[in-house]
Amino acid sequence: MTIRVEHELHGRRRGRNTGVGLLLVGLVGIVFGLTVVKVLNLGDIRQFETFDHVARPQIEPAAMEAAGQ
Amino acid sequence: MTDASLDQMTTREAGMGDYFALLKPRVMSLVVFTALVGLLVAPVAVHPFVAFVGVLCIAVGAGASGALNMWWDADIDGVMARTARRPIPAGKVEPGEALGLGLALSGFSVVLLWLATNALAAGLLAFTIFFYAVVYSMWLKRATPQNIVIGGAAGAFPPMIGWAVATGGVSVESLLMFALIFMWTPPHFWALALFVKTDYGDAGVPMLTETHGRRTTRGYILAYTVLLVPVALAPAFTGIGGPVYLLVSVLLNARFAYGAWLVWRRDEVAAEADGYATEKWLFRISLSYLFVHFGALLIEAGLRFYGIGGW
Repeated sequence: MTIRVEHELHGRRRGRNTGVGLLLVGLVGIVFGLTVVKVLNLGDIRQFETFDHVARPQIEPAAMEAAGQ
Repeated sequence: MTDASLDQMTTREAGMGDYFALLKPRVMSLVVFTALVGLLVAPVAVHPFVAFVGVLCIAVGAGASGALNMWWDADIDGVMARTARRPIPAGKVEPGEALGLGLALSGFSVVLLWLATNALAAGLLAFTIFFYAVVYSMWLKRATPQNIVIGGAAGAFPPMIGWAVATGGVSVESLLMFALIFMWTPPHFWALALFVKTDYGDAGVPMLTETHGRRTTRGYILAYTVLLVPVALAPAFTGIGGPVYLLVSVLLNARFAYGAWLVWRRDEVAAEADGYATEKWLFRISLSYLFVHFGALLIEAGLRFYGIGGW
């Protein structure tokens, strides 16, 4: 029996590695997609900006409405 | 490494398909379908991507419990003809690998479902995996002929989880979908046990056919079918049902009850004579029975979308 460079075992391992790689890419895609969906469903972004480190009452929704924005 | 040792390794090293087979893909198809129906008939709209991730997590969780079941049952799987070619008894996957895969996928699916949807859906999925892998596989399957009855709960949870993904709660509708699968499971599996008769006994699994005999099993099939009928009809009168579901359900139940009655009337001599034709027919129609019931719920939801479903 001659030693072949490419054994059937190598093909099976390559298939398994490719499978794991695709699963990991899929998982990244799912986490990214969930992040996008959840961020887009947060509503008015100003609710988070209002007290970002420093209080900025001038961009509170009520203040902005009063200012005609 | 010599070529001879390489050849030995080829029989030990699993391919991707062997790991996939551990997840019981055929069972998974029923889980995906019923979970999707539970999610789609709920009165709360879900973002399509969240719905996709939710159903995927439920399917992976079901697959994980399948891998844990194959790890635990590897000894008896090797004895039964139906299961002898599963990856572990066939020598393709090591038992420890199946255990590792099952545990890892269980953790992944539950945590991801929690992050994607809500704690109740994730908790129900975790309980389902526990119920199938521990309560059914480890405690009941080899201990009592009622294994199928109580273990059937594991297969009944998916539509309830789908409903919880959408609504974040449990309601009479989701409980009725659970009850439909729960009550359907015993006659479905006992019909199978009647015509694959020698297998379970050889493996030492106390199926009803082995412990109480075939005459009693035929009686149980009829009794559970009679109990199943009102459970299957009940969703027609809730928020997810309507005239289409009622009509479909009446027809399916009439056929199923007729089949169970035929099986009950027969004795072993008649069954042996025609190769268990009636028992096999009952098993086949039990599969379409469940799929079509859930399909009818989906049609009702579609009709409601256009304002013409329900009562």
